[in-house]
Amino acid sequence: MIYLDYNATTPLDHRVFEAMVPYMNNHWGNPSSPYSFGNQTRIAVEKSRKRVADCLGCKPVEVVFTSCGTESDNLAVRGVAHALRNRGNHIVTTAIEHHAVLQTCKALETEGFRVTYLPVDSDGAVSLEDVETSLCPETILITIMHANNETGVLQPIEGISALAKERGITVHTDAVQSAGKLQCRLCELGSDLISISAHKFYGPKGAAALYIREGTPLEPLLAGGPHERNFRAGTENVAGIVGLSHALDLAAEASDSECRRLRNLRDRFEKQICSMVPRMKINGRSAQRMPNTSSMSFESVDGESIVFGLDLKGIYVSTGSACSTGDPEPSHVLLAMGLSPKEAQGSIRISLGKNSREDDIESAAAALADMIKRLRGISSTESAAH
Amino acid sequence: METPSKDGDIELPEYSGPILLYNENVVDHFTNPRNVGELSDSETDGFGLVGDPSCGDQMKLWISVKAKRIDKIVFKSFGCPGAIATSSMLTDLAKGQPIYVAKCITDDDVIDALGGIPERKKHCSLLGVLALQAAIKDWESRQASDGEQV
Repeated sequence: MIYLDYNATTPLDHRVFEAMVPYMNNHWGNPSSPYSFGNQTRIAVEKSRKRVADCLGCKPVEVVFTSCGTESDNLAVRGVAHALRNRGNHIVTTAIEHHAVLQTCKALETEGFRVTYLPVDSDGAVSLEDVETSLCPETILITIMHANNETGVLQPIEGISALAKERGITVHTDAVQSAGKLQCRLCELGSDLISISAHKFYGPKGAAALYIREGTPLEPLLAGGPHERNFRAGTENVAGIVGLSHALDLAAEASDSECRRLRNLRDRFEKQICSMVPRMKINGRSAQRMPNTSSMSFESVDGESIVFGLDLKGIYVSTGSACSTGDPEPSHVLLAMGLSPKEAQGSIRISLGKNSREDDIESAAAALADMIKRLRGISSTESAAH
Repeated sequence: METPSKDGDIELPEYSGPILLYNENVVDHFTNPRNVGELSDSETDGFGLVGDPSCGDQMKLWISVKAKRIDKIVFKSFGCPGAIATSSMLTDLAKGQPIYVAKCITDDDVIDALGGIPERKKHCSLLGVLALQAAIKDWESRQASDGEQV
């Protein structure tokens, strides 16, 4: 098989798996227990916290472990909104956020919050000017993602953080798609809250974290015990937390050379497709974007048919984000970039990772070009006689 | 040659399975759709064009009719695998049938003939049926206007 959907999820690195095993096996004590047996797992959790903090460039107390990227996003956005509801009711986000942020914002609207969904340019990036003009005295939170999951386009988080800092506005950044993949200490972006998720960088599913800058006002989502400095009640997923920290460490080690390798492969793939397939475009091509991601739109074909046709050949790509598969709505990200619904419907995403090899990329490009040709041959929107 | 990162190579699991929830029959009709094509204006006795606004799919269908039977039926489709497979099956079902029979083919007939399709894809099968009905209607109105001319 040729797996080209690393933005959806990644396989667990065997070294990460090995590191997790003791905590699914012999070290099964509760980190909150008052005796030495529980203490082994407490130490493991706190060592992991230190490790994650070192990778992100923050203090250990600023790292809170959660169960998934969606939970981190919910905790950040709802948590700040609820903590600051007496100071203001305005939230700024973009039209291209992950559903974890968009749907949370929608839910907050029903609670009386006002949300601005900023547009993006045709390359999929939000402008600092738009962010600045959207701010008002009631703005309490800006939540804008680092790398978009569908296009890989990077948003100007450092500039946004600077704007917010001058005005005392809290900034959250969903960095789920960039964490562990870019040579960058995420805390240097300047955000007050940052979401990351282990399974995007060869860690386990069910383990994620939220960086919370010390002093950031935040209400927890869950009522319960005093775990995670009262921010996240519930017994810690010790093996998952160990796995997350291990995976982030490994990702940081490899990321510079791996970034270059993936960028070369991705660029080669795009070049090949462009030369073999007419009437297509690469979304966000001239923007700053993740080295491993390519979003492509093909005229006169349906993205789901491309994905299915390639699936039959053992090649795995996706239409948009994994979460919206099965959703007949065209990608909200591509629509926000100004693509027509038809163009958005003819789009696929490929995302590369550790196991992507040059020959796989070549075969995948050839198979994709064939598939487009075949589907165009039966497409009613191709003009032949009629 | 690109050299992949040496340490941390991850064995990907072997997986080559049939796909989502589509059965073999659907896969076959998607991979080798029957009756794909277009008829020239002179061959065409009826033409139908329908779109499904809920998913953006579109279908064109041409028929030629001899002795009130569907002699030729061809289609082109812009849509998901479900739309392509159901359109293909529909044309197979309608081919050679008397108009009064073809007219009565329902989306359920198409789904049954394929041995079922996923629930969320059932609306796709309506597209082909509606395109056929539109083509038959077109044929009927051409008949009527021919009649008037006589």
